[in-house]
Amino acid sequence: MEEFSIGTFIAVFEEMFGAWLFWLMVAVAAAITVAYLYVLIRDHGMGMRRFLLAQLSMPVGAVAAVAFVMWVTKSRMADIGGPIDWIVLLGVAVLGAGGFSILVYVAQSLIRGRQEADG
Amino acid sequence: MTRLDEFVPGGAASRRAFLGLMGGGVALAAATAPAQASKVRTSARIVILGAGAGGASIANRLAERLDGARITVVDGKTEHWYQPGLTLIASGLRPASYAQSTTGEWLPRGITWVQEHAAEVDPEAKRVVTTGGQRLDYDYLIVSTGLVLDWDAVEGFDLARVGPQTGTGAHYAGPDHAVKTWQAMDAFTDRGGHALFTRPATEMKCAGAPIKYCFLTDDYLRRKGTRDASHITYAAHSGIMFGVPVINEKVRIIMRRQEVEVCYHHVLQSVDMDRRLATFRTQDGTAEIEYDFFNVIPPQRAPQVIRDSGLAWADRWTDQGWIEVDMHTLRHARYPEVFGIGDINGVPKGKTAASVKWHLPVVEDHLIAQIQGREGTASYNGYTSCPLITRVGRAMLVEFDYQDNLVPSFPGIVAPLEELWISWLMKEVALKATYNAMLRGRA
Repeated sequence: MEEFSIGTFIAVFEEMFGAWLFWLMVAVAAAITVAYLYVLIRDHGMGMRRFLLAQLSMPVGAVAAVAFVMWVTKSRMADIGGPIDWIVLLGVAVLGAGGFSILVYVAQSLIRGRQEADG
Repeated sequence: MTRLDEFVPGGAASRRAFLGLMGGGVALAAATAPAQASKVRTSARIVILGAGAGGASIANRLAERLDGARITVVDGKTEHWYQPGLTLIASGLRPASYAQSTTGEWLPRGITWVQEHAAEVDPEAKRVVTTGGQRLDYDYLIVSTGLVLDWDAVEGFDLARVGPQTGTGAHYAGPDHAVKTWQAMDAFTDRGGHALFTRPATEMKCAGAPIKYCFLTDDYLRRKGTRDASHITYAAHSGIMFGVPVINEKVRIIMRRQEVEVCYHHVLQSVDMDRRLATFRTQDGTAEIEYDFFNVIPPQRAPQVIRDSGLAWADRWTDQGWIEVDMHTLRHARYPEVFGIGDINGVPKGKTAASVKWHLPVVEDHLIAQIQGREGTASYNGYTSCPLITRVGRAMLVEFDYQDNLVPSFPGIVAPLEELWISWLMKEVALKATYNAMLRGRA
């Protein structure tokens, strides 16, 4: 596996999800990131009330991400066997938490419209 | 309260820094992308025998690297099987379609695909004749025919009768038979009984697969609450279960933990599918073992056309017919314009898709070097790998070379002899994607 490059990783992900779904997911992730940057710039910073709600939503995202991965891979928590398994699982949880909180923050900001940062 | 825009890319200064970072990331990505070698001009006639994992992959790689070469792929099989998926199908985790695609979709444009099998290979005259009578002269020949499963060598076995009615499985036979094997294993694990597993005495595809399937059956019995009413026997063909000593010892420990009875020096001779009785040749004569569920894996050999071609070893594996290639360059020992990829190679280890992945760059390097009139430098060290499933949700990623060394891809991160979820993820999620990328010549 010593020849792994970014190109190989992209090829593998394209095959894993299908090229359309993979790039669609990349596009959705990029769109949410751009929307996040947009509301940060528009509101000159973060709204603390919105940020608080986004933070409170983090455990939901973490649990949902872990449950989704377990379901997709036909696994159970009892299958977690060694340190790397815990690290990967925590990584999934962190990504789920982070992604979901950003989504919640962006959704609030877009729904409520322009507000100056209230922090 | 501190304003958070000091820390996030909201302010002008941090926005510039952020964009700079993004630009740096793109530059890094460009810098680490593999450099595209310039195409080599040639009018060489290259014949590739077999369009399976090895044949399709090398066709794509050569089509990418060569300009003007006449590449001809010879294979009468129109369906492509992702064979590492057969274990998952035979465990009810995937449908037959998971392993099924068409040969045509993997082959590159600009080559010729002769949809016939080879009938005759003459390495002296550098010529292949197909079953349809086409004569193909070559400058370079790549043998990637794969192997044949010798079902007839198991007396009394009938592939058409595999399934729950006979309690007999044959998950190596292909996607449809893997489904029938699952139906038999599913029905068996519902009620329990005696499960029997074995492997042939010849070289074989993925020597870990019989062991995986034994562990998966054990797992289903436990999940369904029928393990206490069951007995599992693993009949090893020799004095060991796995050719790499350190892995063999680990397998022995797991077999003991899972209460699987292991008997050694048992070579399958015949099976009575009505009486559910398997007969083995042992050191003491023969042994009969009754079963309720039995997964049959037959002896494996080179296709007859290759055994008749003069490419096989004369003094090794004489009952099997693997071709005589140098174990490091994969070039034929007597015909320097002939190379082997995959299962057909007469090398000490590794009839797996992982071996194919590492055969490819070596054959590509030596063949192109020869076209250019220089010496190739790539060397294959025997690397192969096997995600050895120990239950649904866990596997050991075992990787080794010709010298029985463990050669982990992720040393210090993914421990080779540990039963891990991450190794299961590799088998369940990432392996087929990597395989498909390999077929397209991209991995």
